[in-house]
Amino acid sequence: MSGQSTTNPTTAPAPAPVATGGWTGAVRRRAVRALPPDKLLPDTQPAYMASWIYVFGVLTLAAFVVVLASGTVLALRGPAWWHISSLGHYINSLHLWSVELFMAFMVIHLWGKFFMAAWRGRRALTWITGAVAFLGSVGTAFTGYLAQQNFDSQWIATQAKDGLNAVGIGAYFNVMDFGQMLMWHIVLLPALVGILVVWHLLLVRHRGVVPPIARRERSAEPAPTAEAIPEPVLSTVPDADQAPRS
Amino acid sequence: MIGMLPMVLGTPVDLNSPGHYVHWGVIQISVANLVVVGVMLLVFILALVLPFPRGRDRK
Repeated sequence: MSGQSTTNPTTAPAPAPVATGGWTGAVRRRAVRALPPDKLLPDTQPAYMASWIYVFGVLTLAAFVVVLASGTVLALRGPAWWHISSLGHYINSLHLWSVELFMAFMVIHLWGKFFMAAWRGRRALTWITGAVAFLGSVGTAFTGYLAQQNFDSQWIATQAKDGLNAVGIGAYFNVMDFGQMLMWHIVLLPALVGILVVWHLLLVRHRGVVPPIARRERSAEPAPTAEAIPEPVLSTVPDADQAPRS
Repeated sequence: MIGMLPMVLGTPVDLNSPGHYVHWGVIQISVANLVVVGVMLLVFILALVLPFPRGRDRK
């Protein structure tokens, strides 16, 4: 046949990829380049992650999922349900205690990453998104306290209004306005925290989980022995704090 | 001894009475919150010192 090629298909060079597809193609190529599937959903983890301190990030995420799920049920059923029915009390308590765990796990995660200097290796934006998500979570927890509709929430609201008025935002963020605070609590702040958490996770996958500070940076300590750290770790840890420049 | 246990354990978690507070100069914190901060510090230290079970899927 005239269309047959004489070139060996196994040795022929692969054709150069053609940049087509408009802006959607460009976004797809950039996303796949930044987060290829094996980087986005890895099935192995670096050896230096074999420490309990590395567990608190995913514990925070698990608690966050419970917070969102219980909060969704509360939003669907409403205050008359969660104040009166026994199941409503249970879901309300589940929401409160998952938030307690969420905040506690997040703060321990923050302590661990702070003392690990987790912004090393071009991970500044990962650190910043985590810190801002923490501040957003504090605001979400605060508006959640205001939505309790009990004496505690009234006390907190009247105490907070003076401070917020003093800094000039009382007209836009009125803690005495229950409806406004409820909307901040169930719509605006969860959306902000949710977006920041997803962004934070994608950055963690893109830059990689930060390794511990290498022993070579601590001048007073002797070099690790082969018995102390297995070979794969020895080969990865010293330079692992430099994330790939992709 | 066992009879005192509910009294000891009930102090920081009894929600039907006014809370207990610790005062130190300008710092004022409830005993319940102080206990939570103490437990968090303990968990943080344990996370650093306790051995982690070795997994198979590590590179």
